[in-house]
This record gives sequence, C-alpha cells and structure tokens, in this order.
Amino acid sequence: MNRLTKLFREKSSDLLNVYFTAGYPQLNNTVTIIRELDRAGADLIEVGVPYSDPMADGETIQKSSMKALQNGFTLKVLFDQLREARQHTEVPLVLMGYFNQVMQYGMERFVKAAKEAGADGLILPDLPVFEYENEFKHIAEKYDIQVTFLITPNTSQQRIEQIGQLSTGFIYVVSSSSITGKSGEITQAQKDYFARIAALNLPQPRLIGFGISDAKSFRTACEYANGAIIGSAFIRALAGRDDVAAATREFVESVLEPVA
Amino acid sequence: MTKNLHIDVDERGYYGRFGGAYIPEMLHPNVEELRLRYREMTAEPEFKKEFDALLKDYVGRPSPLYFAKRMSEHYGTQIYLKREDLNHTGAHKINNTIGQILVAQRLGKKRIIAETGAGQHGVATATVCALVGVECIVYMGEVDIARQAPNVARMRMLGAEVRPALSGSRTLKDATNEAIRDWINNPDDTHYIIGSVVGPHPYPDMVARFQSVISEEMKWQLQEKIGRDYPDAIVACVGGGSNAAGAFYHYLNDDRVRLVSVEAAGKGIHTGESAATSVLGTEGIIHGSRTLLMQTDDGQIVEPYSISAGLDYPGIGPLHAFLIDSKRAEAISVTDDDALAAALFTARTEGIIPALETAHAFAALDDMEYGPDDVIVVCLSGRGDKDLAAFTTYLDQLKDS
Repeated sequence: MNRLTKLFREKSSDLLNVYFTAGYPQLNNTVTIIRELDRAGADLIEVGVPYSDPMADGETIQKSSMKALQNGFTLKVLFDQLREARQHTEVPLVLMGYFNQVMQYGMERFVKAAKEAGADGLILPDLPVFEYENEFKHIAEKYDIQVTFLITPNTSQQRIEQIGQLSTGFIYVVSSSSITGKSGEITQAQKDYFARIAALNLPQPRLIGFGISDAKSFRTACEYANGAIIGSAFIRALAGRDDVAAATREFVESVLEPVA
Repeated sequence: MTKNLHIDVDERGYYGRFGGAYIPEMLHPNVEELRLRYREMTAEPEFKKEFDALLKDYVGRPSPLYFAKRMSEHYGTQIYLKREDLNHTGAHKINNTIGQILVAQRLGKKRIIAETGAGQHGVATATVCALVGVECIVYMGEVDIARQAPNVARMRMLGAEVRPALSGSRTLKDATNEAIRDWINNPDDTHYIIGSVVGPHPYPDMVARFQSVISEEMKWQLQEKIGRDYPDAIVACVGGGSNAAGAFYHYLNDDRVRLVSVEAAGKGIHTGESAATSVLGTEGIIHGSRTLLMQTDDGQIVEPYSISAGLDYPGIGPLHAFLIDSKRAEAISVTDDDALAAALFTARTEGIIPALETAHAFAALDDMEYGPDDVIVVCLSGRGDKDLAAFTTYLDQLKDS
C-alpha cells in the first residue's frame, strides 16, 4: 500500500508535513534530515527538488535551491539518497519540484525512478490540470505515485471540485495568494477560507501550507484541516547550522510543543 | 500560396506541441480571465478604435518602410527596412504595451508590472502607465540595469519604479521570474504586461496580435512600393521573439515568404556563452510555456549570454519554437562581434544606428543567400541610443587594433 494512503488511514488530524530542500545545506544532508524529521515526529516529508527557476517560491527556497545546485545536486543524487533513506524509515515521502525537470528526465522514467527510490507522492505546482489529465495521470497511476494539486483563496468552487476529483494524494491548501516563505498571523479572512474549503467535504485529506512557520500557526491550521506544511521556516532554521540533525530535532520539537 | 499552411494557436494556447499555460494555481484565475476574454475584448469596435488612434497619434504609426539603397547595393539585393525604431520610445515594444494597457483598464487593474531586458519594454510600459496614470513597477536584472543605464533613467523619469532582479544570472530570465512572483503575490489589483511572445497562453498570441500591425502595414506598403504585397524574405531578431512575431504574422501561412529568425550566438554557439536557443535548446517549460529552451540534461535552465540584453534569454516564444521545429522559419545565429560590426555598417551606410538586438538581424544578411531582384524586409526593431556605451567601447577597440 502507498505509504500516504496508510498514513491517512491511521491519522486524520494534526498531520505535520515538513518541507526541506534536498542537498541543502550540504549535498549529503538529505538522508540525515529525513531520518531526523521522522524521529522527531513529522508525519510526512516533502522533499524539495532544487530547481534553477522556482517561480512559486520565495527567497528562502530559491536560495536553498541555488546552494543545493552549487553543491552538485542532480536527480541521480536525489534518487540515490532516497534509496538510502528508505533503508531506515517508512515515513511517507512526497517530491516537490517543477514540471520541466520531469519532462527533461522523461515523464515515465522520472515517475518510475522516484517510485523505485521510495517516493510516495509528487507535487508539481506548474503542471496544469488539463495537461496532467492528458499526459501524466496514467503514468502516475501506473506506478502508484499520488499527485497533489494546490488550491488557493482565488480558486473557483468548480475548479476545486475538479481538483478534488483529480488529486490522488492530499490537497494542498495554499493559505494565501503568495509565493512561499511569508510568515505572520493567520487572519480571519484566511480562517474563513479554510472553513469554506473544510465545508466542501472533499474526499482527500487537506494540508494547509504557505505561511505556516511555528507552533502557533501550525495549531491554528490544524483546526481547519487535517494538518499543515512547514517549509521556509525550517530552511531558515537550518541555515548556518553545522549540526543539521540537532537543528532538525529542535525545529520539529518547537513546532510540536503545546501552545500556551 | 502554393501550400496550405494553417499556423495558428489552438484554444489551449498550443502551436503544435508548443505553448500552453504551465503555471502555478496561484496564477490561474488571472491567466484564465485573460484567456477567456482577450480575443473578444480586443475585437470590440471601441477597443480597436482606441488602439488604432493611439498607434497613429501617439506612437506615430504607420512606421515607414524604407528602401535602403546603399545597403542594397552593397549586398546586391533589394533591402527594405521596417522602421519600428521611429516609433515613440524607439522600438516596436510600444505596439504591445498600448494594447495591454487598454486590456488592463478593461480588467479594472490599477497596478502594472513588467519585466525588461534591454529596457525598451520597460520604457514602453512606463510610458503607457504614465499615459493613463497608473502605478508601474518594472523588474530588470541587475546586470541589465548596469548595461542599459539610459533606459533605466528614462523609466524613472516616467515615474516607474525599477526593481533589480538579483537572482540567477540577473538578466531577463530572472526579471521575468521576479515579475511572475510579484503577480502571484498581488493577484487582485495587478496586470502583468509581458513584453514578448513568451509566457503562459494567452500571452504569446495576445502579444503577437498587438505586434501584427508591423506586417499588416508591410502588406500595403510593399504593394505601393513594389507592386506586390509580399516580400521574398523577412529578417528579424529573436530573443523572446515579439518583433519577429509581428513582422511574420500576416505571412505565416504564405510560403512564398521566407521567414528568417536571427538569434544571439554570444561569443560563439559552442563557447558556453551563447543564447542560440534553436541550436542549443531542447523542449521544456520556461515561464509557463512549453517551448525550446537551453537547459542541462537534468532539466536546470542554463544561464544564457549575449552582449544584447534583449536577446539574452534562454528560451524563445512557442510560436518560434513551432516555426523552427516545422522548418517554416530558418534560424541564423550571430555573434556579439558580428552584431557590433553590423551596427557600425548600418550606421555608416544608411545613417541609422540600430539597437544591438536589431544589429543581429542586419548581420544575418551576410549569411543569407538571395538573388539581385529579391525583396528582403529587415525589421528594424529599435534604435541604438541605449547601446552607445557598447558601441563606444567597440569603436575604441577598433582604433586600438
């Protein structure tokens, strides 16, 4: 069974999904970070695939991606690292990258390699629904890789329903119309939007991402969805730290600690 | 026409397999609104009237089609120059920004963003924003800000804010990334005026339609001058490809007309410092469009190089990818040095200083074959005032060597 399916059967609230950029801060930190995130209590992990032109990402993820590429990151390195991580952990792994990387590698070749390396899901923010249905869906289904789509405060009801029908993994509820890496208080307007999406009773679990950065925003997001995704805040916590294992543990602990 | 060509974009924005709209969901509502409305909106009589009036009285159209006598004698053929350099702001870019500002007004957008390479599109955008009185922010690579200083000054004079793009190669590609990110962050009040036939559908088609006035005028101008409404060849430089798209547009399906796309070879195609996408590019996604682009085997976009900021881009518009892939257009690559020499030659033969981008199109005349009676139109996309620093350096080098 796909590890994501198993996870969502066993747990349906307070799911913590942590994003990190593969190959950052050092090329060989990927396995350590996956293992430590798992041990410290992340329920699933989003492995950012560094890309030269990440148009949906803010400065933090852009810079970590550039650093990873300078470190020598390639898809071959990534798949080797995932295989190694899989010898130690069964935590669900979702790859998040851009469609050009998949196209250039070869769509089927990429999905097959990802699956064999131990990935369970895929998020390609610039793969449109129409092209997904035409060119990609049958490949993802063949290899049992779950594909997640994003919805935003401006996504129409009709389109949310369409995405609800197509998403095989969880639904990524983008908290505000923005690129990644913003933080701050969750506003009432955002809460209303989360509640509106929750009321649709979509078949998939919903995880809220973009702007979730600490215990407080994580808890708030979990009130309106099955869990939340933290990315840029974790990348910032890794910056300048030599002991990435300790930095990872400390970060997850800080997110999971009870909020007064 | 001897063959039945049907080159046009389909409903989803594809020319053959190139095009589409590969964008994050955050951009979907804005791009979808444009997709659903752009054709109808721009076909309205009121829109056409306003657009045509501004092109005539504000831009100064029609731009002349000029017979370049001395250049023709030199090459032994008949060369005509489509003088887009004589437009207000000095390049073809304003044809598109006039159209798009009218679109933005109809969409109720109060804030305009744009990317620019050479600064010509930035100036053209700042100009139309001043014309209608809306806020204007132009993203420009830090490298380009330095090498196109006169245009930066013009944008500021016109009231635009020029924001440096500090990521990647700090050129046009990165300015485009920053503009896209701005649009993601400001979806409600902002319209993004893309300057070339790139980006997600409907931009490539919308921009090509606004630029198509170039070939629309060429038809009747040629009829007047040579007694037939088509040339034997059209030569235009291609970065993203907007002046070429406009110059080719009404001849796309007329196979009596050779279409010649001129790319920047930089320091040489295989030097690692080039922007010759038709040779070095493979199929992929850049800025929301499936097209040819320069990338590594691992799908990372390669940082291009050209002395010309407007051609220093690792992709080409999807229409051009289709034209080259289908062999409808022929691609010629021109190095920095040959472009500089062609700029000097054009200045001294015809008394016209072309933009560095356009100089690439002139240099291609050295690599083409033609007969003495062939009629060749070169799209003179912009004037070279902004490039005087590069030309001065070149002249000094000639003197020293």
